[in-house]
Amino acid sequence: MKGLSKGRWSESALWVSSLIEKLWGRAEDIAPSPSETASPSRSFMKKKTIGRWKESAIKAFFFTNGVLAIIFLIGIFAVLLSTAIPAFKEIPLKEFFGNRTWDPTSPEKAQYGLLSMIVSTLICTTGALLVAIPIGLGVAAYLSDVAHWRVREIIKPIVEILAGIPSVVTGFLGIVLFGPVIAKIFHTGHGLNAVNGSFLLAIMALPTIISISEDSLNAVPSAYTEASLALGGSRWQTLVRVKIPAALSGIIASFMLGLGRAIGETMTVLMATGNARAFPHGFLESVRTMTANIAIELGEVPYYTTHYYALFAIGLVLFIMTFIVNLIADVILNKYQQREL
Amino acid sequence: MKKKKVIQFIGFMLLRFCLYTVLAILLLFLYDIGKKGGGAISWEFLSQPPRRGMTQGGIFPAIMGTFLVTIVTAVLAIPLGMFAAIYLNEYAKQTRLTRIIRLSIRNLSGVPSIVYGLFGVILFVNILKFGTSILSAGLTLGLLTLPWTITASEEALKTIPNSYREGSLALGATKWQSIRTNVLPYAIPGMLTGTVLGLARAAGETAPILFTGAAFYLPYLPKSLSDQFMALPYHLYILATQHHAIQQVRPLAYGTALVLIVLVLGLNMTAIVIRYRMRRKRRW
Repeated sequence: MKGLSKGRWSESALWVSSLIEKLWGRAEDIAPSPSETASPSRSFMKKKTIGRWKESAIKAFFFTNGVLAIIFLIGIFAVLLSTAIPAFKEIPLKEFFGNRTWDPTSPEKAQYGLLSMIVSTLICTTGALLVAIPIGLGVAAYLSDVAHWRVREIIKPIVEILAGIPSVVTGFLGIVLFGPVIAKIFHTGHGLNAVNGSFLLAIMALPTIISISEDSLNAVPSAYTEASLALGGSRWQTLVRVKIPAALSGIIASFMLGLGRAIGETMTVLMATGNARAFPHGFLESVRTMTANIAIELGEVPYYTTHYYALFAIGLVLFIMTFIVNLIADVILNKYQQREL
Repeated sequence: MKKKKVIQFIGFMLLRFCLYTVLAILLLFLYDIGKKGGGAISWEFLSQPPRRGMTQGGIFPAIMGTFLVTIVTAVLAIPLGMFAAIYLNEYAKQTRLTRIIRLSIRNLSGVPSIVYGLFGVILFVNILKFGTSILSAGLTLGLLTLPWTITASEEALKTIPNSYREGSLALGATKWQSIRTNVLPYAIPGMLTGTVLGLARAAGETAPILFTGAAFYLPYLPKSLSDQFMALPYHLYILATQHHAIQQVRPLAYGTALVLIVLVLGLNMTAIVIRYRMRRKRRW
């Protein structure tokens, strides 16, 4: 324990001295060397110190810009939290997370139950992952193991194009293209339900899953593949029994990132899921997700009412959910990269 | 032995089937919008404001609105993204702080777009009192784009070989001098293409501008940055779901979707093609 603290102390002393060096320059740099005192080169020296100041000022400038990312992330959290707190003063947490009824404008008693929206979000994202995981992993495996490199060069930009389609266009196609088809297949009156939303969310999550899974499949050391092939395994066996297990952490991380995208997606679900407030009991029902609810109600709500604050509370819940999902993906990816090194 | 081959054949067929499914969906999207939207496109549609409760006329104000808001986005996101990327790639050492910065950037890119919208409502509309305006919406979209521009700029900086920096440093140049003269000139084209990709995505976003400045209908063009504006994605949303005569305006909705997708994918493709060309041309 003592040794540890001593080590830490000497470390921080080193850090302080290096900081001082950085700010003022090393002692030997500042002290004029014999040759310099001999010749009148003061202006040169002055220039040098100014240059050093300029350098550290420039570095500080870029550093500030780098740190902005942390400030923004904390800022978003702080803004959401401070605006959501008044809501939690009025609404008990038990009602907020346990009540199924969201009816803030009820004339008798306003109810703020988030449960059916949380379940709706979960239904849509689960459906999306059920579709996106097998297809995304399949495409990734195809690109990394089967496709000719020329094919890969063509397909990768196409996947990027898919990622570039605006969500509002995807939602629109959900209404005009998939809606009628779903209504016909499942004999529902209209096709605006959780199935439609799930399908569209799957399309939106696919590019993330494909590109990150493919990267991690490509990162599997070739020695693994070669060993498997040398032992007589077919390319398919190598893929399924060696490469995918070896890349599993990266692949799971890609699922998590896809999940994060699906949870936070607003416009597609807003347009394609029908937005009924009732508690959903299955995929064929119209659902209203958390994101869609914010989008629907924030435009009409009077400012600084409990309802207004409650919408920010939903935003806070969303922020925390996606943050956790992304953090898990990050931890998995980091672990994976460290092992590769 | 033969069984193994058969399984492999079936397996690879399945994988190929996955790829074809994705391609088919993309083609179906583009075909449907291209075919039904193409009929709505005319010079009048592109150059006139909507008329008669948006059942006739064009989408000119929406195009202009999206254009203006994207400029505000670019003004915020491009410099900030580049500076942050320069710090991360050129100056930052592997410290805990650097790891936290990188973690924040990755998490920022995962924050739902509607949450950015909520943040914009509080910070830009209420606290900074920009009101619901082009400025508020552009800044909100700028924040949303920032993680993408940082990542893309850093990718561009990473492609510059270290020998460029070392050569300059060895000749006595300071750190900033070598970055300015030996790194940035070669990295800036790549940084710009990356940021264009980010801007294209921002131009197609709807959720962040819903409450920070996009207007349902405006008969005139915005005169200053503090005016509300019509935007293509929001206009499409209204035509598709909020309009009183949805079936009647479907062709207009298709037309708007086509313009939006041509705009966004056009920007995307230009950036991708430029990047591809640069990669092929440059042999260090």
